[in-house]
Amino acid sequence: MQAAERAPQTAVKVDPIILRVQDVYKHFPIAGFGGLAVRAVDGVSLEIRRGEALGLVGESGCGKSTLARLITALLPATRGKIFFEGQEITAMRGRRLRRMRRKMQMIFQDPFASLDPRMTVGDIIQEPLDNFDIGTGKERQRRVQELLRLVGLNPNFTNRYPHEFSGGQRQRIGIARALAVNPSFIVCDEAVSALDVSIQAQIINLLQDLQKEFNLTYLFIAHDLAVVRHLSDRIAVMYLGKVVETADRNDIYDHGQHPYTKALLSSIPVPDPVVERGRAPINLKGEIPSPVNPPSGCRFHTRCPIARAPGICSEVEPQLEPHGQPDQLAACHFPGEV
Amino acid sequence: MAQTLLQVEDLHTQFFTSRGVVRAVDGVSLHIDAGETLGVVGESGCGKTITALSILRLVPDPGRIVSGRILFRGNDVVKMDDEEIRDFRGNDVAMIFQDPMTSLNPVTRIGPQIEESMTAHKRFTPQLAKTRVVELLTRVRVPSAERRARDYPHQFSGGMRQRAMIAMGLSNEPSLLIADEPTTALDVTVQAQIIQLMKQLNRELGTAMMLITHNMALVASLCQRVVVMYAGRVVEEGPVEQIFRSPQHPYTWSLLRSVPRVDEARKDRLVSIKGLPPDLSNPPPGCKFHPRCPFVVDRCKIEEPPLGEVDVEQVARCWVLMRNVSEQDIAAAKTSALSVDAARKLKAPIAEVGGNPTA
Repeated sequence: MQAAERAPQTAVKVDPIILRVQDVYKHFPIAGFGGLAVRAVDGVSLEIRRGEALGLVGESGCGKSTLARLITALLPATRGKIFFEGQEITAMRGRRLRRMRRKMQMIFQDPFASLDPRMTVGDIIQEPLDNFDIGTGKERQRRVQELLRLVGLNPNFTNRYPHEFSGGQRQRIGIARALAVNPSFIVCDEAVSALDVSIQAQIINLLQDLQKEFNLTYLFIAHDLAVVRHLSDRIAVMYLGKVVETADRNDIYDHGQHPYTKALLSSIPVPDPVVERGRAPINLKGEIPSPVNPPSGCRFHTRCPIARAPGICSEVEPQLEPHGQPDQLAACHFPGEV
Repeated sequence: MAQTLLQVEDLHTQFFTSRGVVRAVDGVSLHIDAGETLGVVGESGCGKTITALSILRLVPDPGRIVSGRILFRGNDVVKMDDEEIRDFRGNDVAMIFQDPMTSLNPVTRIGPQIEESMTAHKRFTPQLAKTRVVELLTRVRVPSAERRARDYPHQFSGGMRQRAMIAMGLSNEPSLLIADEPTTALDVTVQAQIIQLMKQLNRELGTAMMLITHNMALVASLCQRVVVMYAGRVVEEGPVEQIFRSPQHPYTWSLLRSVPRVDEARKDRLVSIKGLPPDLSNPPPGCKFHPRCPFVVDRCKIEEPPLGEVDVEQVARCWVLMRNVSEQDIAAAKTSALSVDAARKLKAPIAEVGGNPTA
């Protein structure tokens, strides 16, 4: 590790909150439907602490990937503010934004689509170093080899092309590329979903090792709650563009406050036939409503097993407030009743 | 003792490619009893889907069933002529696939598609088929079935499409339903609904089910018996509870410990299986799993173990067997996936290096 490359983490008082999302919206207007928009992210606030792994879960269409793109400034927010290390990235443009991006990197889902098939592995991993003009040519080459070793690949593979590698190995290349510029914050968008189980375990272990090694902060986005719970310190659950609950990983399963969290967790089968026989998933009625025209009041009331609708649930939107265990927030009028 | 519905004996299905012969299914034997649910698990490329396609005689080119017998109620599927195999596919066995988006015809309404599967096999008259559509859609819990039968596939959500596929699969009252990763493409809450539906259908109709999946949790939830496949071979087989409680093959053992459980908050390292599955055109000598096995002994490298009985109704293909592995070795295997720190201290390469890239 080149000492000069590492961010100096000394005397200066470090803000424990590395990322702060404040009431952020992202609406995608639908062309030709005057004013109608897909409300992908619809008023989200959350905080990610330095060195923690936050898991973001929810079903397809809940807005979790859009939120990740807002956080990494790959998409401009419609409204709201996002602060990274105390600076508002939603207000940044040009060179300042570029500098900021060096500190946050992303690992993508599909290791087959996210690597340029015409670039060698060495070039792929070196590209971020070139982009940010880090080190001399020699140093960059050395760094590439070091990174390959770090993710468990042979450092002599620099001249090979992505197609020569298996899915798990490609995901390692993607991880090496993300680590190249020494980021402090990494967003993993379904980073292990496309991999076979035995390979998935390898990558999960690698991500955990790297976090310890470099004191990384992670945002894990995945639909596989078991994987997210294994990897994260804290979990945030999204439904239809909103965060409905956040809790410590230890509390979310036994002390989930929001009925949606409960339903989501009970839906996942457990690899144990004896336990499985005693479990019954909480069935949700119907389907996820359209994010163009979300239900009034609590968005979940149309599918909620305990909703008072018509009533408070269909009229008043619940706010994210402390319920249940310490450090737990839920947006529900009747928390913990399921 | 339940009646055996399907008996696969020493099935070999091979693909004749320009790079050599790929032994996708390499001597598989398994059986399914009437009304039973059998899980077939393994990683991609272990031959589980090709086994299923072989049963239906739907192996794509350049693949061919080379030898073996597939006995369905005593009749050998491998020897059936075109007429017989058509009859078999429609009336005795049905298959549902992973992706309900691509397996439905986008320009035909749902109702007529299900009707077609019935009239094509001449089991039902067109009139009867029409009335059965609504009945079937109701059976798979599609709400307002009569109206939804007139919808096109794109008007159905993913879960509803999978329900329609299951309705189509059940339309000719097959005695065996083969489901290949039926819930993988679906969201978790929808997945739970489909699993429940399949359980109910198995109970209500007594349809035997062969569930092909990589998801051990799904097997735990749905199946009575499980077959574990690796590199085109059955490596372990037995009743689900027994296999999950006391797996004897190291591959089964690793597979069960490589997935995190949602009901456990432990942050232990997962057991990861080092390396990659073998190239089936050039498999390793001896036990096919030995290059990746944490408990390998010399014999494994030379001689392939037979599928031997290890317990009541449980068989495993291993010279060592998990019950003979010491606690110490098991603990070592759990940590063998070395952390970066440990690897550095030992000056060893990180243990999880994913083998050699294929040339």
